[in-house]
Amino acid sequence: MDSKGSVDLFEEKVERYIGAIDAFEDYNIITGFDREQVRQRAREIRSKLETGSAGPLAGMVVAVKDVLCERGKKVTCSSETLRNFESVYTATSVQRLLDKDALLIARTNMDEFAMGSSTENSIFGPAKNPVNPEYVTGGSSGGSAAAVAADLCDVALGSDTGGSIRQPAAYCGVVGLKPSYGRVSRYGLVAFASSFDCVGPFAKTVEDAAMILQHLAGYDPMDQSSSQAPVPDYLSEIRSKKHLKIGIPGEYFAEGLDPEIRFAVEEQLRALEKEGHTLHPITLPHTNYAIATYYILATAEASSNLARYDGIRYGHRADADEMERRLKEGIDDRPTADIYSAGDSPLIRLYKQSRTEGFGDEVKRRILLGTYVLSKGYYDAYYGKAQRVRRLIQNDFSNAFREVDVIASPTAPTTAFKIGEKTQMKPMEMYLNDIYTISANLAGICGISVPLGTHSNGLPMGIQFQAASMHETDLLHAAKASESLGRS
Amino acid sequence: MSVSKQDVFYVAHLARLRLNDEEAERLQGDLNDILGYMETLNELDTSNVEPLEHVIEQPAILRKDNPAEPLSHEDALKNAPDADSDYFRVPKVIE
Repeated sequence: MDSKGSVDLFEEKVERYIGAIDAFEDYNIITGFDREQVRQRAREIRSKLETGSAGPLAGMVVAVKDVLCERGKKVTCSSETLRNFESVYTATSVQRLLDKDALLIARTNMDEFAMGSSTENSIFGPAKNPVNPEYVTGGSSGGSAAAVAADLCDVALGSDTGGSIRQPAAYCGVVGLKPSYGRVSRYGLVAFASSFDCVGPFAKTVEDAAMILQHLAGYDPMDQSSSQAPVPDYLSEIRSKKHLKIGIPGEYFAEGLDPEIRFAVEEQLRALEKEGHTLHPITLPHTNYAIATYYILATAEASSNLARYDGIRYGHRADADEMERRLKEGIDDRPTADIYSAGDSPLIRLYKQSRTEGFGDEVKRRILLGTYVLSKGYYDAYYGKAQRVRRLIQNDFSNAFREVDVIASPTAPTTAFKIGEKTQMKPMEMYLNDIYTISANLAGICGISVPLGTHSNGLPMGIQFQAASMHETDLLHAAKASESLGRS
Repeated sequence: MSVSKQDVFYVAHLARLRLNDEEAERLQGDLNDILGYMETLNELDTSNVEPLEHVIEQPAILRKDNPAEPLSHEDALKNAPDADSDYFRVPKVIE
């Protein structure tokens, strides 16, 4: 292909994506999109391509989860709190792609502040699965997964705190990679649970995911938790073949797993064995404690992180004049059981009213839970205990990775569920959906979901691989081997 | 351990949230449900386990203390719900 031809193809592709974004408007996948800005930027990249000065990601079209800051753009986190918030700086992960001449096409829908597993907790409405719009996309990065699946972009950025990249990737039938904790800078990622949050890519192929990771990864002086470990050349590494020791944890094939997903994963593993990889039964004995541990620690961190939304410097503020009027007229609709708010100053009232109006139900539930487990008298019983169990879970993985290179499992126990189906149930039902993905965030290791064909219900399935901290190369080897079997 | 409706109002106060009676009742149920599930951790003896605070061990990295441009005044006030040209505005705190 001559360069003139490829430059034309780039602009054609951008126009095709713009058209597709319009066509999928009622799927609630996109939260922010400015077509003229996109075209302007496409022209800039085109002229760089023509003069041969373009960066290595020129031609790549990227959607960004609405939780990553982009200067001059709305960053809403799908929350009323940030509906009109415009970022004054750019996240390192986003900046690194921009610097390499990627085109950022749109912002994507998510569960409010990344809290959820379905992208239904959003002021923009529930994101609909492109495979079947009656079903959820998964979450919390559902918009990014759907944007890749619906062909609205080449790749997308998401964030994964307990499975929020891998689970929607499985539900939508795309590749979703959660890097090791610290592999990618969190600077400019709106914080949910800082000891868990990771930025990572969605893509149509494992190689595309590897290419994006290549540019995202590496130490950032703006994030003290980012790792200084050297970044391997992922693409060239995975183009050479490697025979892997694949661990199969019995705990991930237990009760609650859809039998068809189980069969598909087991069949895939047998096929990988025929390719020369070896299978090893392993045990991760603390798996059943992962969800309880996670929901103590992550909500505790969230309650602290979300304390910043007080409506003073930015974000939603309640109508102060109206509050003052009610105060003067002696109107008090505080429930009688709420004896604690009696002495609130006007400023405290403003904080409370602003936060109450700004946050949705799930966010409030998690803030309250996190506040409770950190409160006096309960701290040791919940938070302290969970920190100790977190170490046991990490030890499980350290022991396993002494024997095997990667761990294979389903990504989620079921395919996507119907929109509205789980919001009617108790919150625990939704939390239990994270069973196979959540441990990686507790242990700080990396994980990837790769498409694994279609269930008889017509919805995509996914296989997950996990590898030790900073062993993304093994992860990508396994993912590529699985993808090469052609069941995606 | 069981959470009372009073506890819910207390925690909401700490978290600077307002709840009405119906919300407090619903959240009381949710919290008891979730905290009940969390009791499963008590099956584990963790008396000899160190709490895990950082999933990756790395030395603190220090940088040179060089001056740099701070956020501009304009940018800092850009998203303020209420501000004049120099300051954020808040309701009167002293009654």
